[in-house]
Amino acid sequence: MMRELFNFHGGVKPETNKAQSTREPIVVAPLPPHLVVPLHQSIGGTPHPLVQAGERVLKGQRIGAADGNVSAAVHAPTSGKIVAVEPRVMAHTSGLAMLSVVIEPDGEEAWMPLYPSNYRSMQPDEIRDTLRDAGVVGLGGAVFPSHLKLKGARDKRMTLILNGAECEPYITCDDMLMRERAQDILRGAQIMRHMLGAQDVLIGIEDNKPEAAQAMREAARALGERMDVVVVPTRYPAGGAKQLIRVLTGIEVPHGSRSTDYGVQCFNVGTAYAIHETLNLGRPLISRIVTVSGNVERPRNYEVLFGTPMSHLVKLAGGRPDTDRTIMGGPMMGYLMPNPDVPVVKATNCVIAGSRAMFPPPPPEMPCIRCTACVDVCPADLQPHEMYWFARAKNFGKAQEYHLFDCIECGCCAYVCPSHIPLVDYYRFAKTEIWARERDKAAADSARERFEFRTFREEREKEEKAAKLAAKTAAGRQTAEKKAVPAAAPAGDALQAAAAAAQAEGTVATPSAPPQPATADLSAPVAAETAPAADPKKALIEAAIERARKQREAVSPKNTDNLSDAKRAEIAEIEARRAKIREMAKTHDEDGAS
Amino acid sequence: MLSALLIMALGAVVLGAALGWASIKFKVEGDPLVDKVDAILPQTQCGQCGFPGCRPYATAIAKGEADINQCPPGGEEGIRKLADLLGREFKPLNAEHGVEKPKSVAIIDEATCIGCTLCIQACPVDAIVGAAKQMHTIVAPLCTGCELCLPPCPVNCITMQPIGETVETWKWKYPVIEIKPAEDKKAA
Ligand code: SF4
Ligand code: SF4
Ligand code: SF4
Ligand code: SF4
Repeated sequence: MMRELFNFHGGVKPETNKAQSTREPIVVAPLPPHLVVPLHQSIGGTPHPLVQAGERVLKGQRIGAADGNVSAAVHAPTSGKIVAVEPRVMAHTSGLAMLSVVIEPDGEEAWMPLYPSNYRSMQPDEIRDTLRDAGVVGLGGAVFPSHLKLKGARDKRMTLILNGAECEPYITCDDMLMRERAQDILRGAQIMRHMLGAQDVLIGIEDNKPEAAQAMREAARALGERMDVVVVPTRYPAGGAKQLIRVLTGIEVPHGSRSTDYGVQCFNVGTAYAIHETLNLGRPLISRIVTVSGNVERPRNYEVLFGTPMSHLVKLAGGRPDTDRTIMGGPMMGYLMPNPDVPVVKATNCVIAGSRAMFPPPPPEMPCIRCTACVDVCPADLQPHEMYWFARAKNFGKAQEYHLFDCIECGCCAYVCPSHIPLVDYYRFAKTEIWARERDKAAADSARERFEFRTFREEREKEEKAAKLAAKTAAGRQTAEKKAVPAAAPAGDALQAAAAAAQAEGTVATPSAPPQPATADLSAPVAAETAPAADPKKALIEAAIERARKQREAVSPKNTDNLSDAKRAEIAEIEARRAKIREMAKTHDEDGAS
Repeated sequence: MLSALLIMALGAVVLGAALGWASIKFKVEGDPLVDKVDAILPQTQCGQCGFPGCRPYATAIAKGEADINQCPPGGEEGIRKLADLLGREFKPLNAEHGVEKPKSVAIIDEATCIGCTLCIQACPVDAIVGAAKQMHTIVAPLCTGCELCLPPCPVNCITMQPIGETVETWKWKYPVIEIKPAEDKKAA
């Protein structure tokens, strides 16, 4: 049956350079002397290391636990000894280091016990957790955790799309995987279909891979599964998820929405294979198929353990002496590696050894002539020259208005640009710059909020203290005011003031100290101390209390505790008399003052 | 004639009511210029500008009481943005207020910390957690790097650590190669 196929806008037809690496079957790459496994290999949180230097690990043992649900675990690719858990240079253009686990293989390849599971008897959430803990991510290059995509839409007829288009030049890892392990891919697709509740399963393969399409058809027949292999015209970037969905179903997924909402979900064939291995065989994701091509004698596909240095692969394939660069991914969307020894990670579908002869330096960049050749080829229906203009002018708001974030960085525009403008570099620059600004802004906003809350809290505390103090001083006004006159303020004064304040404190709404007995000598300093210097108006009184307290401390007897009752009564009497005298003195003072 | 007058009068009443309602409903809270300036300031809350926080400085700028080049954490870029916003001339950072430093976070040496709580009281954004006589620590993502917690610490156990670039925060270089004048080449 012939399906009706749809078309996507633009696209280019570069030299495919695929034949070289499909001549020989996939072979397992021998163990390198060291494996450097970065913990952060997928979109989302960086997994936490679970091992320490010196420990022994088994093949498939979890060494990094997923950080939250948007993350995927990392496993030991082989058995051996952990040499270090330290930052190492990542397979990333920046050349920055990230926390990695360095393993020295013992050569035994001793697996940890494997527990295959029967997905049909598992809860969907259980399956998702299993996939997350097995580190399964999209192997097409986006490394998005697969368990997050395996959610069906309840009220929609779902279509599962397996992406075997593999449109980018040089890369043949999916092609070879489909030729050699078609049945296992489809077993993974069975699990996906089960999870998504998908009625239709479409397998999109470009028409330059007839062997792969044939193998997949036969596998579907052998498994008795109704899965349609659809051959699509070869045109870069037909393998982009959105482009393939468009070609196969005619659905256009708008930016910012998930394809599930439109009843489609698209996975790479390599991901399907990984899901099969995880659930049916119990093996976590520790290796993948990597195409090694370019400036090498024997380009081919290897099954490579994560953490294997790229230079190891290039050497295996017979890298030529004039190789001067290593590219991860294809020539259109790939990234230049900071050095040849960076490890293969989950995102590494292809390693291209490059030389000056193979990729001559581009001719100098000329001004944009607004020929709109880039517009004609943009598969995302964007206006690359406008985005370029605003990115170059660092007018990021405008660049976003031209839907910068819809750009899939396919490189078609730069490929056709007669002015040789490295357009994608501008888009990548603008995107990372915008992200950085958003991060800064979020941090500043949170700091502002926290600062404002702190200021508010301090205000509130100040008010509360002031209210407390007001209540205190209202009760102890007479004596307290009196103490502003230092000469006439003997020790007992403070005692009374404090006692009065303490009593008052017992009556206010939020007392910080329990009511103090009026006679207790020791209560004076305590109360005086708790009285805060909050209100400037009361500062004077405060100072006086403080001074009196010091005086009293200097002269007051320390042995008042064990006095007889008679003595106490006598003291109280004297104090009362003193108070009366002070009262008189105060009125006298006021008279004198006025 | 009369009906025309009535219609006009009715129109005036209705529109007046609408305007009055709108002025209440869409009342501008606070001073929008202060908010705009405050949005540009980095919110480090360090007080190096001579004001007790970013917002007071923003208020002073908006009133024309302070210059735009007093915020070291905001740096040249911040001054440029302020100059753009206010239509003023760009001027380099006033060195009296400090110099631009790489963004850092404070780290408490937890073995040395005596739990005096003095740093907690100093931190303008509540980025430090701890209790009396307990070890204190800094919640790094909340720390603005203002350095206000350094002086109060009696045992000098707080240090500033510059935040390095990570793979997540790394930015692509600007692809334009700046063309330098020929003299530079000769000199080099
Ligand atoms: S193809 Fe190049 S020169 Fe032509 S409009 Fe696009 S960016 Fe400008
Ligand atoms: S790189 Fe972006 S702008 Fe250029 S053609 Fe591809 S999607 Fe369009
Ligand atoms: S100097 Fe510090 S307090 Fe002042 S505006 Fe800048 S960051 Fe804010
Ligand atoms: S922890 Fe220190 S440096 Fe960081 S915000 Fe608080 S006071 Fe400033």
